[in-house]
Amino acid sequence: MRPLTETETKTFFEKLAKYIGRNITHLIDRGDETFCFRLHRDRVYYVSEDVMKRATNVGRDQLISIGVCFGKFTKTGKFRLHVTCLDYIAQYAKHKVWIKPNGEMPFLYGNHIVKAHIGRVTEDTPEHQGVIVYSMTDVPLGFGVTARSTSDTRKLQPTAIVVFHQADIGEYLRQEDTLF
Amino acid sequence: MAGRQSTTKKVSKQQANASSSPKKANVSNNTNSSAKRKAAPLSDSTPKRAKGGKAASKPTGKAGAKAGKASANADSSESEDDESWAYGAVSQSDSEGEDMEDDFVSAEEGSDIEVGQLDDDFLGDEFAESDEEAKGEGADMFASGGESEDEEEEEEEDIFASNSEDSDDDDMEAKSRKLDEAAKAQAEAAEAELQTNMALEDDKFVLPGDDHESLQSTDLQVVLARIQEIVRVLNNFRDLREGNRSRSDYISQLLKDLCLYYGYNEYLMEKLFYIFPVSEAIEFFEANEVPRPVTIRTNTLKTRRRELAQALINRGVNLDPIGKWSKVGLQVFDSPVPIGATPEYLAGHYMLQAASSFLPVMALAPQEHERVLDMASAPGGKSTYIAALLKNTGMVFANDANKDRTKALVANIHRLGVKNAVVCNYDGREFPGVIGGFDRVLLDAPCSGTGVISKDASVKTNKSEQDFQMLSQLQKQLVLSAIDSVDAGSATGGYIVYSTCSVVVEENEDVVNYALRKRPNVKLVSTGLDFGKEGFTRYREKTFHPTLSLTRRYYPHMHNMDGFYVAKFKKLSNKIPAKKETEADADDVEEFTPISEDSDKSSDKAKAKAPKVTFNADEDEGLIRASRAKLLQTQKGIKLRPKKSSESKP
Repeated sequence: MRPLTETETKTFFEKLAKYIGRNITHLIDRGDETFCFRLHRDRVYYVSEDVMKRATNVGRDQLISIGVCFGKFTKTGKFRLHVTCLDYIAQYAKHKVWIKPNGEMPFLYGNHIVKAHIGRVTEDTPEHQGVIVYSMTDVPLGFGVTARSTSDTRKLQPTAIVVFHQADIGEYLRQEDTLF
Repeated sequence: MAGRQSTTKKVSKQQANASSSPKKANVSNNTNSSAKRKAAPLSDSTPKRAKGGKAASKPTGKAGAKAGKASANADSSESEDDESWAYGAVSQSDSEGEDMEDDFVSAEEGSDIEVGQLDDDFLGDEFAESDEEAKGEGADMFASGGESEDEEEEEEEDIFASNSEDSDDDDMEAKSRKLDEAAKAQAEAAEAELQTNMALEDDKFVLPGDDHESLQSTDLQVVLARIQEIVRVLNNFRDLREGNRSRSDYISQLLKDLCLYYGYNEYLMEKLFYIFPVSEAIEFFEANEVPRPVTIRTNTLKTRRRELAQALINRGVNLDPIGKWSKVGLQVFDSPVPIGATPEYLAGHYMLQAASSFLPVMALAPQEHERVLDMASAPGGKSTYIAALLKNTGMVFANDANKDRTKALVANIHRLGVKNAVVCNYDGREFPGVIGGFDRVLLDAPCSGTGVISKDASVKTNKSEQDFQMLSQLQKQLVLSAIDSVDAGSATGGYIVYSTCSVVVEENEDVVNYALRKRPNVKLVSTGLDFGKEGFTRYREKTFHPTLSLTRRYYPHMHNMDGFYVAKFKKLSNKIPAKKETEADADDVEEFTPISEDSDKSSDKAKAKAPKVTFNADEDEGLIRASRAKLLQTQKGIKLRPKKSSESKP
């Protein structure tokens, strides 16, 4: 467990900024407690200082997880955001997509979102923008990247893909072995 | 059984027929419908009368029957004997037949044939269609006497209705006789039945010897019947015991049968059997064959129970609150969708969790901003419940010794939105060493799983004495490290909850009692759970600390949840009182050193040092002498001697 290096922080924040933009500052400068990002076995954890300090008692080999895992660095040095951070990025999301009940299950099985399943979209979402996917009852289901801007979407066929799948809460079941 | 009886009946009747006149043979042989059809032409005259009025039919019936009566009498009575001998148990149906006869036969002993004729005709006409059924009913009536009586009454009513007034007296007489005889017959039948039943029961009563064992294993029904019988005997042993058989004879047979019927190994069966009274033990084993209801726990970090229930009902799930004792539990009756894969589940709104595993957390009752340790936490049902009660404040240390299982633990912690958890992979026994000073510790100890046999039936066979020894040893070590990990000075906490999903005393009361003995700085406190059975304060040859009645036991057959045990400790001080330590030491040491030499600590130490020094010098005898001399010396002056010896040595 160690703090992130300069380059790691840069890659990580760049990725995070695709979804929550400048709201990253809200993650770092919180009103209530001081939180920090920590790297442990290639994974980035977001955890309060208090918990982190206590966790230093735990040996490196025995420490499995602290706080909330945001994602992991791949072997090539890129950062991959995991669905486990959904709570936080849903809280600070800039662009959102709501999908209809009949589109929930296809998305939770790891499919992209087609236009027919879209219920609502945040206005002025540009192309290739990270978006958080919600159900119509405002339950965050995952996140993805838009294939088209909101305005372009209007002209599309109902079967055309609008949001590329990145992560969904179905992964808790599908990828339990590899996710953690 | 009924089938066999009816065939014997047929046979004996046919025997009777062979000797009686052919007509009557036909008539009386109405057990099968073909014979009935033959009888039909004959019945032309009689049955209508029989129907129309008894008084009218009586003479004809008699007359018709009389012809063959003389000749048939002997045979028929014999056949009657035969019959009753052959199927004593059916005698009631017979007696019913007799009742019907009595409608026709006035006073004299009715020969069976005569009776048979009328009876048959009567039946033949009125119930020709349902003859077979009627016969079948005969067997039924054997079981339920009430029905047959009803039918009699109906017939009687019919008869009454059609009776002409002039035959009133005659009829009354006949009727009273009929009733008398009916009563007699019934009594006889009942007696016969009793006899046969007793004979049967006698069979059951007799405990099979060892040579019967090969037979025992054949039929589970027989085994079950025997189990019930033995339980009945054991419940009223003084009256029902057989001869000089002892209680242990019955119990050992019962244990064997239970092992066979429910598929336990004998060791475990014995262990479980003695926890309960006999009949309750059977209930327990029976409950272990039935799955417990599916229950879920609302994750209060993300939603509320009412909202969750609404969302699930919209998916067609049929559910109800789990009970008054929990505000977050829901019981799922049936669901058209897999309850472990709904979007709500994936979003972490609820956790699939057995009702029993709510209990230790409720007993622990963590307060906000506390630091809590869950020593054996995978797959995280209890840890996440703790975090939910903490409302994501403070912190939760979720430990599990099995690295593979920590994956599921981490997944659940993240899914349920727990943000203050540290997951680690230690052996729980290392714990005060890794990090201590917790406000509360939950130890849901690894156990044999005898409370969750309905979930995992493999427990029945794969647990041996050794497993139990190892487990209780491990549990004792864990409970001590759990106690040591708690900070007694905590403003809000200082509690330890020990729980297992086992019902065996060795893993529960025994362990708690051990903890109380080894750590006098803890005491048991009420668990705060208002239901459940009190823990044992004594069990067979063991006696436990009286406060063990504050612990709680849960049983599948009583509470419809997994078998469970919960004990809550309060730690009073962080110092393990020295007195206890020395006592424990003394206990250990006593085995090796003579007790008589105990005077006080310093002298002990002095002795311990002194022999080392002097033993180096000489032969054994000399040593013994020297030590005796030293003893004398020590009694005179203790302080001088060690100095001397230490000085003398260099």
